[in-house]
Amino acid sequence: MSTSHPRAELTVAKARQIRRLALGMVYRAKQGHPGGDMSVTDILATLYFGALRVDPANPNDPKRDRFILSKGHCTGAFYATLAEKGFFPLDQLDTYMQPLSKLNGHPNRNYTPGVETNTGPLGHGMPVAVGAAIAGQIDQADYRVFVVVGDGELQEGSNWEAALTAGHRKLANLTLIIDRNGLQQGARTEDTAALEPLADKWRAFGWDVVEVDGHDHDALLSIFTAPTAGRTKPLCVLARTHKGQGISFMRDQVSWHHGVPNQAQYELALQEIGQ
Amino acid sequence: MSAEINAAGRYDCREAFAKTIEALAEKDERIVAVVNDSVGSSKLVGFQKRFPNRLINVGIAEQAMVGVGAGLANGGKVPFVSGASCFLTARALEQIKADVAYTNTNVKLCGMSSGVAYGELGPTHHSIEDFAWLRLLPNLTITAPSDRWETEQAVKAAAATEGPFFLRISRMAVPDLVRPSDAMFQIGKAETLRQGRDATIIANGVMVSRAIEAADQLAASGMNVRVVNMASIAPLDIEAIRSAAETGAIVTAEEHSVRGGLGGAVAEVVATSCPCRLRILGFPGFLPTGSPEFLLERYGLTASGIADAVRQTIEARKAA
Repeated sequence: MSTSHPRAELTVAKARQIRRLALGMVYRAKQGHPGGDMSVTDILATLYFGALRVDPANPNDPKRDRFILSKGHCTGAFYATLAEKGFFPLDQLDTYMQPLSKLNGHPNRNYTPGVETNTGPLGHGMPVAVGAAIAGQIDQADYRVFVVVGDGELQEGSNWEAALTAGHRKLANLTLIIDRNGLQQGARTEDTAALEPLADKWRAFGWDVVEVDGHDHDALLSIFTAPTAGRTKPLCVLARTHKGQGISFMRDQVSWHHGVPNQAQYELALQEIGQ
Repeated sequence: MSAEINAAGRYDCREAFAKTIEALAEKDERIVAVVNDSVGSSKLVGFQKRFPNRLINVGIAEQAMVGVGAGLANGGKVPFVSGASCFLTARALEQIKADVAYTNTNVKLCGMSSGVAYGELGPTHHSIEDFAWLRLLPNLTITAPSDRWETEQAVKAAAATEGPFFLRISRMAVPDLVRPSDAMFQIGKAETLRQGRDATIIANGVMVSRAIEAADQLAASGMNVRVVNMASIAPLDIEAIRSAAETGAIVTAEEHSVRGGLGGAVAEVVATSCPCRLRILGFPGFLPTGSPEFLLERYGLTASGIADAVRQTIEARKAA
């Protein structure tokens, strides 16, 4: 992987660490969604360590950039990212999904600093992100709003309601990232309720679209850090990803949507991810 | 404490709702309105004229409307999310649960034209289930004002209090209640409008003035009946219900299903902590077509219907 972007060396290292942490969380909790954790990790690492204006010491700063994980089941990667960033201690990750843990299977902003809205049911992140972007538009604030949705999640109609409003209001401060790993819980998206041609759909809704390899840190960083001045539309980043990225036996396997590794698989996966 | 009915006129509480929001928005630029193509039916045409940037119309899209409201609250706004109660609460129930109640956002949901205001349009447009499915949600304050004054007070309280609200605003014309000059609106606090010992009527929304008229009818035949306005059903004034139980007979009256609403909330308290005779007045299920007044009359939600229910409940207690 090319790491020519000045922040890419850091984000690649962070992504490796997030993968290790997330996999450990799933392994210990004996549940979770490791396939989606691995597909979204490079997006999270490049956002949090290369693009987002957030301060763990002041998580509710009105001027912060907003990040919303609409695919709320991927808390393995999300909590690992927030802890790596310093929103809460790393050792708290050991409590993931344990009784009374603050690290619920899906994120809760009232328990976990850095979480903007409680997600879990699919199709909720987009409307909330659009609302936060409208608030910024009204106030002429310079914060940006980023929302990550899973591709299967786009079958929920609420996304398209929000997409209409975002296009209509020309929310140039809004960036949607689609984690396009091609798989949903039970099958390929294209064998379930096909999404393609997906880029055309977003363009038709009044969005700019950029397609990218969702594991290419240079490419993700250059998109996320590009100046927003002059933009007149919301931006859809169609990130082509692989479920289980970084772990050979998980990669593109639908069975790892919420599979749990045994000890041998866990150790092999850590070896493949590397230190 | 008592209140009289001002016979001078009847008023649509949506006007008081809109006027109050406009006045608050003048002073507080955080206040915005979010609608689902419901500018006119929410009486927000004036708001839109005065604050065009602060009226967000997402189109006919209730899920987006509630989610956008939650996002606006995240961005520091105080959104009044206003649409027909039937669509707002049923179509967007999961958004209300997750984005508003569970996330505990500062969103003010305004269910307009609730109950059977759209009587002739049929059960798809009736909102006689909203108390039941919203009352289950933690963090959500639920208020059904009874007249113009209480609507204004409820809107002010919602704006001034951090956290999720549901305001149930009727479009059925109701009279003003003439309250004592020191009357105060308090969230979660019932208002006793008539003192009484023989029985208690607990009502809210459009049924409150009818409950007062019922008590007046009963007084004419020598019965001394208490009237309690339970505008807030969440949080619920449990002490007022316990006190009502001491009168030995309670009749609840609401423009809602008999299941799960005000009557259901009162029944939970009565059955578990202060057993007494209880009669729940409301609608039995999907309703036939008819004007709001026709439907209220058909199901006994009139002053004389409430009075009859009180008499029967007192008789049943005596016979037991």
